[in-house]
Amino acid sequence: MSRVNDVGGQQGFGPVGQELDEPPFHADWEAHVFAMNRALIARGVYNLDEFRDAVERLDPREYLRSGYYENWFRAICTLLVEKGVATEDALQPR
Amino acid sequence: MSHSDASIAARVRHVEALLEERGLVDAQELDRALEAFLANAKPANGKRIVARAWADTGFKARLLENANTAIEEIGLSMGGGLQQQTLKVVENTPEVHNVIVCTLCSCYPIALLGPSPAWYKSPAYRSRVVRDPRGVLAEFGFDPEGEIAVWDASAETRYLVLPRRPAATEGWDEQRLAEAVTRNGLIGTAPV
Repeated sequence: MSRVNDVGGQQGFGPVGQELDEPPFHADWEAHVFAMNRALIARGVYNLDEFRDAVERLDPREYLRSGYYENWFRAICTLLVEKGVATEDALQPR
Repeated sequence: MSHSDASIAARVRHVEALLEERGLVDAQELDRALEAFLANAKPANGKRIVARAWADTGFKARLLENANTAIEEIGLSMGGGLQQQTLKVVENTPEVHNVIVCTLCSCYPIALLGPSPAWYKSPAYRSRVVRDPRGVLAEFGFDPEGEIAVWDASAETRYLVLPRRPAATEGWDEQRLAEAVTRNGLIGTAPV
């Protein structure tokens, strides 16, 4: 069964929007998500395939609604809970 | 910054602090690693590869044959990331123009081009470039002659487009040639 990320050939996503002089990251937190993910994979907390899988099984509506690094952050949180690093509750700021 | 951006920024900070507390990440090390990554992974690498291929037919032949070993000749590598990836360079000709995509996620030669543009990762590009490549390229103001070949990247294999050398660039040195190349040209959404 294909997952929500398997969009090749689908219709209805509209035109491709381009941005002039786009920076590598649009906000500091995006860069932190990127760096955190690399560090966690390098440390063996999870591997790249597990990470990709975690992105692909996000809630389909959230996946399509959210920004790219927002989905990454959600996937990281999913894996941190599943790997027993932290509880869902502990991942939420007080 | 929007409200939701501020709220996710706070959540990211919180998780990072938690991971630091548990000894899984080191904030300073993250900053250093990110800085080093961004200093090394940028489109200038891809542009250098193209300029060398235009200037040196022997290099071009080796590049098309085995890009991973060829780029080492100019001090570049596909390693250093999370896993070793095969690089395949696809050459534009008058008959075939090449475009790259990752329909499933965002696979991209990040070591050579830096983080990909947001549109490359967007469902709009990923869904449509495989169905209607000419229509997508038209949105980039580009109508290539000949056929369009679309290459769907994966975790293991990444692609880079070798654009056609523009006319009237005889005698240009590699630096000047490299400056004629654009990031979109290396993805295939621009002629050069």
